[in-house]
Amino acid sequence: MLTQIPILSLLIWLPLIGGFLVLFGPGDKMLVWSQRISLVISIIVVFLCGLLLYMFSGASGQMELAEYAQWIPSLNINYSLGVDGIAVPLIVLTGFINLLVIIGAMGSIKFRRAQYYSAALLLTGLMNGVFAAQDAILFYVFWEAMLIPMFLMIGVWGGPNRIYATIKFFLFTFFGSIFMLVGLIYMGAKAGSFNIADLQKMPLTMFEQTWIFIAFVAAFAVKIPMVPVHTWLPDAHVEAPTGGSVILAAIMLKMGGYGFLRFALPITPDAANEYAWILIAFSLVAIAYIGFIALAQQDMKKLVAYSSIAHMGFVTLGIFIIFKLSNLDASSMAVQGAMIQMISHGLISGALFFSIGVLYDRVHSRDIADYGGVVNSMPIFGALMMLFVLANAGLPGTSGFIGEFFVILSSFQADWRIAMVAASTLILGAAYSLWLYKRVIFGKPLNDTIERLEDINTREKFILISLALMILALGIFPQPLIEIMQPSIEGLLNLTQSKLEGAA
Amino acid sequence: MGIFNQLLIIVFAPLIGALLAGFFGNKLGRVWTHRIAISLVATSFLLSLKIFLSYFYGSAEPLNQTLYHWASFGNISIQVGFLMDSLAAMMIVVVTFVSLMVHIYSIGYMQDDNGYQRFFSYISLFTFSMLMLVMSNNFLQLFFGWEAVGVVSYLLIGFWFKKESAIFANMKAFLVNRVGDFGFLLGIGGILYLFGSLDYAPVFEKMQQAKAMQESAQGVLASGEVTALGALGLEKTFSPWAGVEWSAISFICICLFIGAMGKSAQVPLHVWLPDSMEGPTPISALIHAATMVTAGVFLVARMSPLFEFSETALAMITIIGAITALFMGLIGIVQNDIKRIVAYSTLSQLGYMVVALGVSAYSAAVFHLFTHAFFKALLFLAAGSVIVAMHHEQDLRKMGGLRKYMPITYWTSVIGTLALIGTPFFAGFYSKDAIISAVAEAQGWGSNFAYFAVMAGVVVTALYSIRMLLLVFHGPQKMDEHTASHLHESPKVITYPLLLLAVPSLAIGWITAEPMLIGGYFDDAIMVLNEHNTLAHLKDIFGNAWAFALHGFVTPVFWLLLIGAIAAWFVFAYQPQLAELLAKVLMPIRKLLQNKYYFDQFNQKVFAKGSLGLGRFLWRYGDKAIIDDGIVNGSAHGVRKLADKARKLQSGYLNHYALVMLIGLMVLIGYLYLRN
Repeated sequence: MLTQIPILSLLIWLPLIGGFLVLFGPGDKMLVWSQRISLVISIIVVFLCGLLLYMFSGASGQMELAEYAQWIPSLNINYSLGVDGIAVPLIVLTGFINLLVIIGAMGSIKFRRAQYYSAALLLTGLMNGVFAAQDAILFYVFWEAMLIPMFLMIGVWGGPNRIYATIKFFLFTFFGSIFMLVGLIYMGAKAGSFNIADLQKMPLTMFEQTWIFIAFVAAFAVKIPMVPVHTWLPDAHVEAPTGGSVILAAIMLKMGGYGFLRFALPITPDAANEYAWILIAFSLVAIAYIGFIALAQQDMKKLVAYSSIAHMGFVTLGIFIIFKLSNLDASSMAVQGAMIQMISHGLISGALFFSIGVLYDRVHSRDIADYGGVVNSMPIFGALMMLFVLANAGLPGTSGFIGEFFVILSSFQADWRIAMVAASTLILGAAYSLWLYKRVIFGKPLNDTIERLEDINTREKFILISLALMILALGIFPQPLIEIMQPSIEGLLNLTQSKLEGAA
Repeated sequence: MGIFNQLLIIVFAPLIGALLAGFFGNKLGRVWTHRIAISLVATSFLLSLKIFLSYFYGSAEPLNQTLYHWASFGNISIQVGFLMDSLAAMMIVVVTFVSLMVHIYSIGYMQDDNGYQRFFSYISLFTFSMLMLVMSNNFLQLFFGWEAVGVVSYLLIGFWFKKESAIFANMKAFLVNRVGDFGFLLGIGGILYLFGSLDYAPVFEKMQQAKAMQESAQGVLASGEVTALGALGLEKTFSPWAGVEWSAISFICICLFIGAMGKSAQVPLHVWLPDSMEGPTPISALIHAATMVTAGVFLVARMSPLFEFSETALAMITIIGAITALFMGLIGIVQNDIKRIVAYSTLSQLGYMVVALGVSAYSAAVFHLFTHAFFKALLFLAAGSVIVAMHHEQDLRKMGGLRKYMPITYWTSVIGTLALIGTPFFAGFYSKDAIISAVAEAQGWGSNFAYFAVMAGVVVTALYSIRMLLLVFHGPQKMDEHTASHLHESPKVITYPLLLLAVPSLAIGWITAEPMLIGGYFDDAIMVLNEHNTLAHLKDIFGNAWAFALHGFVTPVFWLLLIGAIAAWFVFAYQPQLAELLAKVLMPIRKLLQNKYYFDQFNQKVFAKGSLGLGRFLWRYGDKAIIDDGIVNGSAHGVRKLADKARKLQSGYLNHYALVMLIGLMVLIGYLYLRN
């Protein structure tokens, strides 16, 4: 009976409808009701995520829980949904983070709260749509629509320089996606279908592949973001409200990695193979170059934003190193590493942005120099932040370790020098993370404000402790996650490989 | 109860203690916190002792068992599990015993501290991490334990987080260790590349095969026809650039050893250890003397099947160890902080262990690790006892004459010092003499220098040890009136651990030296090629522990020891003005030593400032100037103009945006529709 439930549609439309309901229903005038509706819907979404995990078998590596309806028959564009082991963890992460963002907003957003809840819910529905869409145009619609609530979140609730940041954010990402749209339309016209599975099967010449690959890279590299198209991210993060930063870092960046896996590898394997070295090189640049830049930051949010870019370098490295690997085990390890890095970074960067939000709500500054000795007045917060900072530095036993470990080990199989550059994160990551912690948390209380800070309240505790538990659980026992993903990853690698061989 | 379940209790009992003390410490209160933590560590110790004895007397078989699969996919399977053999059994006894002593001692030492429960939580957590490290049966868990002990060490060095020097020292410790871990992780990558597995078992099995092939076919192999490694498919190479090729085994061994250099504080990655003395003294004893810092020595001994096949790595180990043993000891002579002297002495002794590894005398190295754990923990805890009595004064120049106030601390310190300098019959004698004679036997590259270093090191060790003993406990009292009037022996929770550590510092060699050095106790864990067996000759002179010690009196080592001790007495006690004179005459050397060969200044200026400067430079000129202002500027400028207009459209109401989006979508769809 359970299998009758259109779970994916529910995951998309429930938060979307909820978002509009809050906006046009109770609104700010009946704030309590807005809160209740948002919270209830977010909790239902988390339950639906649990149900999704239960319903998803994952053994086949194929798309499951498919839903299908005609949308624009003349163009063969359809409302087609489905998930595999790569999408499921990302959807679950989205639902989980959304709940925390809604709870977090209850204390830290001071005006137009209903609209904020609504924006968060809309984002959740749209992001779920991106991960569940099996039709390229449907995917694109969700992909672009997602920008709007995020644009608003930064533009309305953001910091003083928010307009600049929103425009930069919008232009960068929009610029990238336009190329992707052109590519998708070209392929759709050629194949007579926008079904992603059909696009994946379609043979393309090297010339076509090259251009389409470039279009994909333009879209996904900006999103993830890769050096040198990363500069929108620090600005967006700095200006965004806490919840916006959390969603941005935890979920939206992952769309880039997801896009590479879903589109670029299987659709344009030859071009990806040809140009993999460039993407590997830029991934390494992200890891080392950005690591140094993060070290020099004065602003906490900027520091974490740069650290995100460096961590995303492992995702792109893990994805593109497969073209330099000859055996399936090593490639699986690389893609597993990339995926786990995405999930883990969602939790860790989410936790770090929440932590910065906790401080910002109290001190109203993101400047590291305005802090010092916070642990004296906020010991529980200090302990949790310690965990997040260490997880960010890739400590074994936390989720932050696994992705880096897998990607470094598998790239060693390709070339030990790549592994060596990647492993520099061990030093750089620890340096900027721990130095941040030392300056903000340790030491004598800097001033009266710091000395009188109140430790985190129940709401904040709930958020940070649930993230901490997830980070630890994943670090100690990643196997369940690996099992969900493995068949799909293997399927993807085999598909890519077979297309490569077919061309040769 | 099966052995495996006992192992589980050994490992997880301290973890439970740590969690209880950490999360419920305030509810439990001080007394129950330490009762729970101590009884759990004591459980762990008793079981460890039982297991150790089953290997020591009963020659139990090695046990290798998986607890759970951490990650497995395709043909890759990474697990969490335990390997128990003679080496691990010895390590767990050392770890749990010293940890137990330190737990008890901390009741007294930390009694006035606000972070009492937190402290017990940390040291129990450390015990858990260290046990995970030494009992691991694979590289993943080894790395987990390796990093986990590093983190707890970080937390404990910075235990007094208001102290600027402490929070600088802990970050430094972590980062320097991370430099080592960088190598370590690459080494692990190499293991997976070469052996296709992260478990110890297949790695050791292959290397055992290689040994058997090499030794059975000595003639064939010597002629250069085939090598054992080549026959087993292990003769891969790495090429950093064209024309240069590194053997994979050497590459892996050197990478792993870089990890060991970080943890075991070998030059030039030693800089964190002296600063780690910022932490409370009990943890200096537990972590920065007896256990964690010996993890590197343990690692190389554990990996002896690999290291045996890399002459290059062994030579590097010998030289680095020799440099550390001698030059770090020299710094100890000019230090005036009681804890720092012991810290430099630890560095120097770690150097001895590493030299022993380099000359393939792995048994001697881990045996020195074993004896050193007892007497160095004793010396640290005794120093702590002195520090408490002196109201947290650590400067030697303000002490003196403490002997009559603190007899137990004094006599246990004497035992510890005699063991440290290698006086015959004391525990340290057996291990140090074995190392020195192994180095004398060694043929490898660098072993001549190493022999000089370890011999000179004997004089140096005696010098700084006796100097400290004399300045603290003998001679005139130099403390102020107030302190002097309060001087008294420490309470029982402090003196009992001292006494309990003094027993093995004195006597442990009598029972264990023979089986561990020549009796083949470690045979199931350590692999040595016949041609490298530098300990074989010990059999001829050893006889038994008694005879070996008597023989110790007629070796040059003993004379060097006497020279050092007498010189120390002459300069620092008998003719103190001579010390001042020497200080003046030898000013340049003294300055060099006091500045610790300028390592810190160099690191601070070049690495710390350099990285930060590079970061600022890249940010300013890379991200801001080139990418943002350069590439993005043109379009951004246009955008700004556009934005001025767009801003008017920006009402802030969602429905407006939804409408605009809908229109956009319709235009798009309309276009596609028409196009078809």
